[in-house]
Amino acid sequence: MAEYYLELKGVSKSFPGVKALDNVSLSIRPGTVHALMGENGAGKSTLMKCLFGIYKMDEGEVRIDGKPVTINNPDEAMEMGVAMVHQELQPVLPRSVAENMYLGRFPTHNFGPLKVIDHKKMNEETVYWLKQVGMDFDPKTPLSELSIGQMQTIEIAKAVSRDAKVIIFDEPSSSLSEKEVDVLFSIMEDLRKKGVAMIYISHKMDEIKRIADDITIMRDGTYVGTWPASEMTTDDIIAKMVGRELTNIYPEHNDHPGEVVLEVKGLSSIHEHSFQDCSFTVRKGEIVGFGGLVGAQRTELMEAVFGMRHIAAGEIYVEGQKVDTHTPRRAMDAGVGLITEDRRGNGILGCLSIKDNVGVSIYDKNLTAGFVLDHGKINKIVDDSIEQLSIKTPNMNEAIGNLSGGNQQKVIIARWLANSPDILVMDEPTRGIDVGAKHEIYEIMVKLAQEGKAIIMISSEMAELLGMSDRIYVMCDGHIRGEITDPAEMTQEKVMSYATQF
Amino acid sequence: MKAKSFSLKEFLINYGVILVMVILVVFTAFRSPNFVSFNNINNLLLNMSSRLVIALGIAGCVITAGCDLSAGRMIGLGGCIAGVLLQKADYAGRFFEGGKPMNVLLALAVVMLITAAFGAVTGFFIAFLDVPPFISTLAMMEIVYGINLLFTDATPLGGYVESYTNLASKGIGPIKWLLIIALIVGLVSWFIFNMTRHGKYMYAIGANPQAAQVAGVPVRLTLVLIYAKAAAFYGLAGFMLGAKSGGASVNLGLGYEMEAIAACTIGGVSVTGGRGKVSSAVIGVAVFELLKAALQFLGVNANAQWIALGIIIYIAISLDIRKYVAKK
Repeated sequence: MAEYYLELKGVSKSFPGVKALDNVSLSIRPGTVHALMGENGAGKSTLMKCLFGIYKMDEGEVRIDGKPVTINNPDEAMEMGVAMVHQELQPVLPRSVAENMYLGRFPTHNFGPLKVIDHKKMNEETVYWLKQVGMDFDPKTPLSELSIGQMQTIEIAKAVSRDAKVIIFDEPSSSLSEKEVDVLFSIMEDLRKKGVAMIYISHKMDEIKRIADDITIMRDGTYVGTWPASEMTTDDIIAKMVGRELTNIYPEHNDHPGEVVLEVKGLSSIHEHSFQDCSFTVRKGEIVGFGGLVGAQRTELMEAVFGMRHIAAGEIYVEGQKVDTHTPRRAMDAGVGLITEDRRGNGILGCLSIKDNVGVSIYDKNLTAGFVLDHGKINKIVDDSIEQLSIKTPNMNEAIGNLSGGNQQKVIIARWLANSPDILVMDEPTRGIDVGAKHEIYEIMVKLAQEGKAIIMISSEMAELLGMSDRIYVMCDGHIRGEITDPAEMTQEKVMSYATQF
Repeated sequence: MKAKSFSLKEFLINYGVILVMVILVVFTAFRSPNFVSFNNINNLLLNMSSRLVIALGIAGCVITAGCDLSAGRMIGLGGCIAGVLLQKADYAGRFFEGGKPMNVLLALAVVMLITAAFGAVTGFFIAFLDVPPFISTLAMMEIVYGINLLFTDATPLGGYVESYTNLASKGIGPIKWLLIIALIVGLVSWFIFNMTRHGKYMYAIGANPQAAQVAGVPVRLTLVLIYAKAAAFYGLAGFMLGAKSGGASVNLGLGYEMEAIAACTIGGVSVTGGRGKVSSAVIGVAVFELLKAALQFLGVNANAQWIALGIIIYIAISLDIRKYVAKK
C-alpha cells in the first residue's frame, strides 16, 4: 500500500469571475483522521466536490492507493471506495432504515418472471452492517424517528457496507449532542483501526484536538499547509486560517453613533440548537456587524427580531419601548426592516415588476379615499428610488427576475427605504453580487448610517465585516460569544477566535 | 435597451391558443353562417356571463397558486337558495308554503353572503391551518353539496317570479341584464386586482408567499378574503344560472369549477402563481365557450367534443409553462 491512500495534487478550479481553488493538494494516510480546516468560503467544499466529480477540476489529479484515477460522479467515487457523510443529510425520512441503506441498490430475488425486492435479505444485511458500527436498530424503523446523530451513523454504516476506504465527514458534529459526538468518535476510532482514511471537516477546535492526526488548512482557495495535529495550538490554527492581507476597498466612513435605538435582551429560540440568550444593542447611525461561521444562528436571531421566528424568552426594546414583534408586520410598525439572506427564497417577488416589489410594503400607506391605491404617488416613490440607487432597468414595469443579482438587491433595499425603518437588518447584503454593485451597496449603507439609521449587517465575509462595521458581535453555536468595540481589536484573529468558541 | 425583435416562436407561445380560436371561429362562420346569427351570439354571451363570473372568482385563487374545487357545488347552493327565495307566491310546488317572494336584489345579497361565509371557512383552513387548497376546497365541495341536499331534499325548484327570470330575457336594448352583471363583476374585479392593496397582496402571495410575509403582507387575512370573495362570485353565478334556465337543482354547476380553472389557464392565469389578469379570464372563457359552440356547429360528435376540450387544455397549459418556467 502506498504511503498515502488518497492524494489530491495541484487541484485548480475557476468559476466565472472567481478562482475557487488554486493549486490545492491534500494527502491522506490510511488509518488516520485528517482535519481539513478553513473559514467559510476557503474552498473546502469545492475541493470535496471536485474529488467526487460533482465539479470538474480545471487542473490537478486524484490518486487512490498511488494510482491516478478519474472520478466523474459520486457513484464512481463510491465504486472506488470513497464515501461522504454529508453535513446536510438527504435521507428519505418516511421510509425505513433498511430502505435508506439500500436505496438505489436494493437486493432482489426472482419471483416467477419478476425481480422483486428481497426485504428479508435487505433487513438482515442492514442489521449486520449497523452492528459493525456499534448500532442496534430495528431495520424497519422509519428514518424520521431517528435523531440526526443516528441518521449519520446510518450513513457511515452505508459507507462501511460498500467497503469504503476513504470516508469524508463534512461538519458531522454541527447538530449533534455531546453524547452523540462521543459515539461518532468511537466509531471513527474503530474505522481508524481498520485502516480507513478519514477526512474530517469541522470548525470545532476541541474536536480537532481529540480526533485528528493531521491538519490541512486552506484559505481563500489556496493551500496553506499540512501539519501533525499534535504540533498545532488553537491559536496557530486560527492564525493560519485568517492570515490574509486585507485590502481596504470599503468607503471611508466616520460614523457618530447616537443613542441606543434597539436593545435585545436574552432572546432565546424555542429550539435548543438555535440562538440562545442573545443580548445586544444598536445605536442610531451605527453599522453593527454580526460575524461568525455559517450555522452560527445569526440569521435565525435576526429573523426572530423581525417576527419571523418564535421565541421562548427575551425582550426587544425599540427606543426604550418594549415591543412585541411576533409578525413581520408588527416589526415593521416598530421601525425594523429586514433584507433577507436568501434573496430568491424570501426576498424578491420574482415574476412581479420592480414597482410591485418596491410597492408591496408601502401600498397600505399610499391610499386615496382609504382604499384606492394612489398610483401616481407610488410611481414617484419607485421612480425616485430607481434613480437614487441607480438601479439598471428600462422601466419600473420590468420583472425583477430579469435583473442582475446586484440590481435585485438594490430593489429590495428600495423596498425598505420606501418604508423608512429606523433599524435596518441586512443579512449578507452583498452575497452573489458583482464587485461594482457591492461597492454601491456599501456606499448606500454608509449614507444610511450618516442619515441616522441603525444598520445591522450579518456578514460571513471577513474583509467586509471588518471593513464596514463600527462595532462587531461574533456568534457561535447560537450564542453571542464576543463584542469587539475597539477598532484596534478588530482583527481577523479576534473574530475567528470568538467564532470558534463552541 | 434594444427593442425586441419579432419572433414567430414567441408569438405562437404567447398567442397560439387565441390564434387557433380565431381560425376556428372564422372557419365555422363560413361553414355555417348561423353561427354568427343574432340569436346564437346572444346565447353565447349569456353562457359566457355566468362562466366569466365563476372564472373571475377562481382566478383569485389560482393567482395565489391555489385552486377551488368547491366552486361547482357553491354554484348549486347559490342557485337553490335563490330559487327558494324567488318562487311565485301562487306556484303550486312552492318550497316554502305560503309567504311572498323576496325582493330580487335582497335575495342576491342573501345568496352571496351565505356562499361567502362558506368560502371564508375554506380560506380559514388554507390560511390558518395550512391545509393545501386542493384538499380544503375538496372538503368544502362535499360539505356544501351535503348541505344543499339536506336543504332542498334533492327536489328541483321552479316557478320563479318574472322579475328574476327577466334578468336573462330583458336588458338595456339588446344587452341582457346577465351580461351587464358579468360586465360589472369584470370591472369590480379589475378594480380589486389593480387598484387596491388587496389585489397587490394577492399577486405578491402568488409570486412568493415567504417574501410577501417578510415584506409585511398580511398573508393569512388576504387568503381568507380571496376564498370568501371567490365563493360570493360562485353564489352570484348560481343565481345567474337560475335566472337563465328558470329553475335549479342540487346538480346545478356540477363540474363548472374544472371548466373555470381550465378557462383561466387558457387565458394566461398561471398555475404557478403570481400571474393573471381580468382579461386572462375573459379570454379564457371566450375561447372555451367559442370552442364548444363551434364544435357543435361543425357537427362534431357531442361525446368527442370532450376530447377536443381536453386537448386544448393540454396545449394551453404546456405553452403557459414554457412561457414562464423555461426562463429560469
